[in-house]
Amino acid sequence: MGPVLAGVLQLLALVGALALVHIPFGNYMARVYSSEKHLRAERWIYRGIGADPDARMTWPAYLRAVLAFSLAGVLFLYLLQRLQGVLPGSLGFSAVTPAQSFNTAVSFVTNTNWQSYAGEQTMGHVVQTAGLAVQNFVSAAVGMAVAVALVRGFARSRSGELGNFWADLVRGTLRILVPVAALAAVVLVACGALQNFSGVHEVGQFMGGRQQWGGGAYASQEAIKELGTNGGGVANANSAHPFENPTPFTNLLEIFLILVIPFSLTRTFGVLVGNVRQGYAILGTMAGVWLGFTALMMWTEFAHHGPALQAAGGAMEGKEVRFGTGGSSIFAVTTTLTSTGAVDSFHSSFTGLGGGITMLGMMLGEIAPGGVGSGLYGMLIMAVIAVFIAGLMVGRTPEYLGKKIGAREMKLAACYILVTPALVLVFTAASLALPTPPHSMLNPGAHGFSEVLYAFTSASNNNGSAFAGLNANTDWFNTMTGLAMLLGRFLPMVFVLALAGSLAGQRPVPVTAGTLRTEKPLFTGLLVGAILIITGLTYFPALALGPLAEGLA
Amino acid sequence: MKNSVVNTGRLLGAGLRALLVLTVLTGVLYPLAVTGVAQALFPGAANGSEIKADGKVVGSSLIGQQGYSLRYFQPRPAHGLAENSVNTQYRLLVSGATNLAADNKELLRQVEDAKTKVVRDNSVPGHPVSPSDVPADAVTSSGSGLDPDISPAYAALQVRRVAARNHLPVTAVRELVADHTEGRTLGFIGEPRVNVLELNIALKDLTARR
Repeated sequence: MGPVLAGVLQLLALVGALALVHIPFGNYMARVYSSEKHLRAERWIYRGIGADPDARMTWPAYLRAVLAFSLAGVLFLYLLQRLQGVLPGSLGFSAVTPAQSFNTAVSFVTNTNWQSYAGEQTMGHVVQTAGLAVQNFVSAAVGMAVAVALVRGFARSRSGELGNFWADLVRGTLRILVPVAALAAVVLVACGALQNFSGVHEVGQFMGGRQQWGGGAYASQEAIKELGTNGGGVANANSAHPFENPTPFTNLLEIFLILVIPFSLTRTFGVLVGNVRQGYAILGTMAGVWLGFTALMMWTEFAHHGPALQAAGGAMEGKEVRFGTGGSSIFAVTTTLTSTGAVDSFHSSFTGLGGGITMLGMMLGEIAPGGVGSGLYGMLIMAVIAVFIAGLMVGRTPEYLGKKIGAREMKLAACYILVTPALVLVFTAASLALPTPPHSMLNPGAHGFSEVLYAFTSASNNNGSAFAGLNANTDWFNTMTGLAMLLGRFLPMVFVLALAGSLAGQRPVPVTAGTLRTEKPLFTGLLVGAILIITGLTYFPALALGPLAEGLA
Repeated sequence: MKNSVVNTGRLLGAGLRALLVLTVLTGVLYPLAVTGVAQALFPGAANGSEIKADGKVVGSSLIGQQGYSLRYFQPRPAHGLAENSVNTQYRLLVSGATNLAADNKELLRQVEDAKTKVVRDNSVPGHPVSPSDVPADAVTSSGSGLDPDISPAYAALQVRRVAARNHLPVTAVRELVADHTEGRTLGFIGEPRVNVLELNIALKDLTARR
């Protein structure tokens, strides 16, 4: 069997596994978010928080709770890093610098997991497990909560209420993320991943000399890092590090973990709006884009254009032998079409076009299938845009899921899709116009530009992967990517929740012969078209200067 | 005004309490529970998959090493691997890739130099190695810089050199490589690979026994 066929079979295995799991898992998540009952452990937690889980929140109340919780997360994580020097269980590592602490705190709270530090030499056990990994859970739960709030906006009529943030947060963490992550973590250890709390360990080497590595909770963080589409690794090499991703099987498992919640949430959506076929239309859109991108990535990586890759006889620079070109291509597309940003191979050394595909994946807004929660709400916003475009064509007031898309709804959706491109392009332009930021580039020419464009694309879309040659540990990049992450996470959430509130307050309109059937394949086609055209028009000039210039040279 | 300050404070307090409660659950109980299970069921893997030669630990079977003499099988280049630049009381391995672009001249030079060296080192009298025989993994750095494996093709390329330097029959070394070649999982997952450290330990054993 050749490597191309093996790559395709791995892709098919993933499709099969996801097809099997998404219906029961999606149904389960729908029950989690609509159940009236609280578990006993949850009651204790609500008592600890001092919140009433049955109180119904309007959209401003829901948003305030999201923001308060996230702000608390940033402050706590910042302090934890600044105090590392005096925290026990930190391997004797010193405190993290202020700019880097800010960047990292924002990065993990916003589900980005951009890392301007090298994990194994910077973060001790306490910061890794009680700080960073906690945000891996809760930032994912926040994303799912906001997505569910938007779905409730479509599903409810004339109430204006979106549910209770604290209940959604706690249930998402306790009933969905923790059990799946714990199971996955044990499987990872069984396959070889590290999991201990020992200190720095020194062993002799085969040829003499010694090598040192720190202990760490690799497997437990790896599991939630993928499941929560976070992406922040314990080690600098992320999921390329053998302690994080020891075998070809764990590689495939990690890709599965990244995809399982975002794809299954389309089922949850279908169940909650009372029409699972609506969920299939969204699923079809996501899966179509993901498969198309993966096919393109495999094609360009196996073709290995580029002088150095041609000289080497294959695109193996930055890739591990055990994953090969196929496994690395699937991972790279999956991590950038979701908001994950974990890497099992280094995108900067991909072919020019391959690097461009990873960037374009993020530029789509990470909606195919996107981050946990954020992918679904991003895709539903695009669906609103698509029905609007269709409405313009036939001259009817657009509707989606029985709700009218009026001027207010369209303004909010338009604001949503403008935020991230504005952040990406303005921060990139500013970085290039100023004298010192370009000094951070590792590579010359078009690829150097791509490093900066990639950095702000990744930060603003809350991805976290990088063309990692860029020296991002400078005050400029720590601060500006930090701001891009904050604005790129929370401004869109404001628009999503405002839209949800507006929809929830409406009375549903009856389906008539003139209603656009959004559960049909025609709509899936329209949606894919809208996504590609809007993203293409926005980013084509920037892509032409970077990856296209490199890839077509 | 005063009311909104109080409300904001109350909300922040709720946020902080929620964070602390969830930190206990996901930041303390979860990693400890996973560690407990891991240490009970898979202590070898959980503690770094250490591997011994002659009764002494010589590293981890998951972590590739550099600096093998030409008697032994060579690993992949690791130009992205570094030593720690902060917390320098330690000398930690810091994993990483070169991040050089496909059109970067420095990367092209690294690849060409590596190829020249592989051809030179592995050409034995009567059996010259042609540059087109050299597989890609032999001349490129991995993502982690710690790749423990090489491709079976790169191992095969080194067999004659290793046999000659250790005064072993070529067939014996070839057999050794075959024994240490791991195919794709279930026939299609990943790529076939040879673990360099495990192979070299077995080679040392074989040489000692003769």
